[in-house]
Amino acid sequence: MNGQYSSRGLDFVWVLLLAGTGFTWWLGESGHAGPQAVTAILAIAAVKGVLVIREFMALRGVSLLWQATVIGWLVVALAANMAAYWKGL
Amino acid sequence: MTTLQATAPQSLRPYPPGDLAIWVFILAELLAFGVMFVIYGVARMKHRELFDQMQLTLDRNAGAANTVLLVTGSWCVARAVAAIRRDASALSARWLACGILAGLGFLVVKGFEYQVKFEQGVNLDTNLFYMFYLSLTFFHFMHVLLGMVILAAVWWKTRQGGYSSADHHGMETGASYWHMVDLVWIVLFPLVYVMR
Repeated sequence: MNGQYSSRGLDFVWVLLLAGTGFTWWLGESGHAGPQAVTAILAIAAVKGVLVIREFMALRGVSLLWQATVIGWLVVALAANMAAYWKGL
Repeated sequence: MTTLQATAPQSLRPYPPGDLAIWVFILAELLAFGVMFVIYGVARMKHRELFDQMQLTLDRNAGAANTVLLVTGSWCVARAVAAIRRDASALSARWLACGILAGLGFLVVKGFEYQVKFEQGVNLDTNLFYMFYLSLTFFHFMHVLLGMVILAAVWWKTRQGGYSSADHHGMETGASYWHMVDLVWIVLFPLVYVMR
């Protein structure tokens, strides 16, 4: 990690991750289903994943190839499930 | 000149933190989980009613609690790395201990979840959904277990004063693996527990 990862910044990321988790849980518990709910759920997962990759795994300060590789994995995993969901409707 | 220096982009390092070997391992693990996630999506597409129905039998509260635990564990380990960069070894060790406790909490919650399912007679042959649920979550469970072993070793070395701001490569290596375990669960939780 380099010097740009401050403790306060990490705390803020943690709060965002908790908020995203809480919202995802609420969508599930309140019975939200269907394309809009699934899009929101997967979008939240994408944002949470990018935060972990860039801020916790500290890839923000690393070459774009490394960032693209790991974020690309996240996008492919979520997009494939989104596409399969739409195709299965 | 000062303005130019202040706005110049920071140079990016060629390699991620920690040992390059752990990153090869991380990419291999992500590939394995990625293939499983894609296959899960295809199976769900073909058996949508079964997956929607079976998903409702899962304990979403336990899944969300485990997400909170892993996210928090990841945060603790990131704070441990930030602390060692300031040569705060004792503080870093405490953050690592909190990360290990979060991992332990995850295993306990998942253990209770498995116990309930096994008492209901659920196994790999129950149906396609539970085959995926048990395979995916147990594969991940084993990664959490390995992550905790790694973190325990890093914690011990930190307590012995084995890391410093100048040399904490080993801690970054262990932290990178632990964050990967968190990242995989961030995808797994919505796919298996929530989206329908």
